[in-house]
Amino acid sequence: MEAFSLLLHGFSVLLTWKTLVLMMVGLLLGVFVGVLPGLGGPNGVAILLPLTFTMDPTSAIVMLSCIYWGSLFGGAITSILFNIPGEAWSVATTFDGYPMAQQGKAAEALTAAFTSSFIGSLFAVMLITFLAPSIASFALKFGPPEFFAVYLLTFCSFVGLGREDKHKTIISMVLGLLLAGVGMDTVSGSLRMTFGFEDLLRGISFLVAVIGLFGISEILLTMEERLALRGHAARISLRVVWNVWKELPRYWATLLRSSMIGTWLGVTPGGAIAASFMGYNLAKRFSNDKESFGKGRIEGVFAPETAAHASGTAALLPMLALGIPGSGTAAILLGGLMVWGLNPGPLLFVEHKDFVWGLIASMYLGNVVGLFIVLSTVPIFAAILRVPFAAIAPMIVVSCAIGAYAIQNAMFDLWLMVLFGVVGYVFKKVGIPLAPFALALVLGNRAEDAFRLSMIGGQGDLGVFWSNGLVGTITTLAIVLLFWPLIEKVWTQATRRLSSAKA
Amino acid sequence: MANSDKEIVVEDPTAPGADSPAVVSNRVVDAAVMILLLGLAVLLGYDNYRTGMSWEDTGPQAGYMPFYLSVILAGAALYGLVTALSSRDAAATDAFVTRAQLSRVMQVLVPTVLFVLMTAWLGIYISSFLLIVGFMWGIGRIAIWKSVLTALLLTAALFVTFQYAFDVIMPKGPLEAALGY
Repeated sequence: MEAFSLLLHGFSVLLTWKTLVLMMVGLLLGVFVGVLPGLGGPNGVAILLPLTFTMDPTSAIVMLSCIYWGSLFGGAITSILFNIPGEAWSVATTFDGYPMAQQGKAAEALTAAFTSSFIGSLFAVMLITFLAPSIASFALKFGPPEFFAVYLLTFCSFVGLGREDKHKTIISMVLGLLLAGVGMDTVSGSLRMTFGFEDLLRGISFLVAVIGLFGISEILLTMEERLALRGHAARISLRVVWNVWKELPRYWATLLRSSMIGTWLGVTPGGAIAASFMGYNLAKRFSNDKESFGKGRIEGVFAPETAAHASGTAALLPMLALGIPGSGTAAILLGGLMVWGLNPGPLLFVEHKDFVWGLIASMYLGNVVGLFIVLSTVPIFAAILRVPFAAIAPMIVVSCAIGAYAIQNAMFDLWLMVLFGVVGYVFKKVGIPLAPFALALVLGNRAEDAFRLSMIGGQGDLGVFWSNGLVGTITTLAIVLLFWPLIEKVWTQATRRLSSAKA
Repeated sequence: MANSDKEIVVEDPTAPGADSPAVVSNRVVDAAVMILLLGLAVLLGYDNYRTGMSWEDTGPQAGYMPFYLSVILAGAALYGLVTALSSRDAAATDAFVTRAQLSRVMQVLVPTVLFVLMTAWLGIYISSFLLIVGFMWGIGRIAIWKSVLTALLLTAALFVTFQYAFDVIMPKGPLEAALGY
């Protein structure tokens, strides 16, 4: 029950007017960004991150996580009302959400989406509350080899389990690791990859890269498409909310299943997309009435939304406990933590108790407050889509530029931001995923330090990564995951051959 | 009650047409990106080789890890180049970007570059004002008074926020200097 009392303490840290106001502002900004077509979680957090630079860490992270919740909630609005998934994991929500809107049940669909997001996140936050401290205290025993093995596991699982072309994931990740190394070497103090440019001495700032990759590039991509929209307006009344909530217990199996799938996949990197589809497909498979899916069935909204949000939230678990983000957005939040000099990982639970439990408490509060805010403000936000993109685009550019400049007060960073914007645009169009890049860039230095320290400890022998049971298991698991697609292929062929031999 | 008979419709009069000719195909861009990455890998690999990529008494030298990362990058880019050139996927010959799309992308990219250029000597507030007015009025064809008003309000809000509330120093230009900031 220690977690419980610490959590209560976290709430007491949070319950000040200032934090509550920041929470509301964060949520509203988040929904705003989430509603804008093409912009979602990572973009919203990247664009709005600079706003928080001057706050104290607790307020800042509360605001950031609320921006994140808000953008998750906001994504559902466009999916259901306009059939435009703001994020890849909202795709499954459109299957039944948009048909419901067409049948005049937009309010029900939205209520269902918001409620199930809430349930999914809550499930994952509870998991974080009770698991994160024990994982962190376990990880306190980790030495450099163990940490490197966990980093390796993260990188390998991105390659092995990702849906993109393997070589493109590798390119994105290696490029991130390389750029993280630019500038002063943290161990020996010598310079590398600076090519005599003074501006590169500081290294490439993670946040500048992220603002370019996720902010500027997204505007370029959005401009390229047709911006005309056609969708439904909706207002949610208390009666509709009550009617949907009354039905909730009937769908407990779907909700629980999706929550579990979501949290499980969320802890492994890049899982939210898979989680939403899996949640949807399983709900369909277990249903007695498979035909009605895709034609506006409320369960078809519950299932993917719960799973996607559970997974989006669960991605914060490894970030807090181990310092390893489970998603692109978590990577950006991690970069934010580092700006305030906080080093995410097991020590955070010991050294910054207030901060960690304040953050976890803010997840609970943000979720509850968020649910009520979105339920009551849907009409306003749907109307935001009427604001012409020509007015929104320059504002986002300005906001990105202010953010990029504020990090190090360097004009050079503005150019870097534009460059990364173009790179992000091209990468996205040729199918090079950006999340591994962000992850590698933020983890690069720590991964390299861990590697070098373990190599020094092991006197240059790679055997140090198999020197005890724990590190050996993690390293082996990492390598298995890296070659997972190959192993799977061999396995299916072998079993097929075996079964045909039998027959 | 749900009020769903009301529709929200947003038109996009300058939308890129579907029949616009392709500027370049996916295959070409894919291959070009791979070649660029390969070049980058060679450049970084060479630089790290020079920095030192072997072992010292104190452990690996500064260039050790990045050198091998460059090797992996080169390998992956080479593989990517081969697959891009040999791909029989129908999507490979599809347009990477059509002429109409490219011109829309340039409509954002060029003002953004100009904006960054201006920021260096006009300061970020004046540049933001000019960017927003220019974009809304010039590209979005929104009435000039609306554009100027929006830009003025937003820039003023930014100024107050960063100058007073957050106390963050932003690049400033001659106008701010003349006003005594």
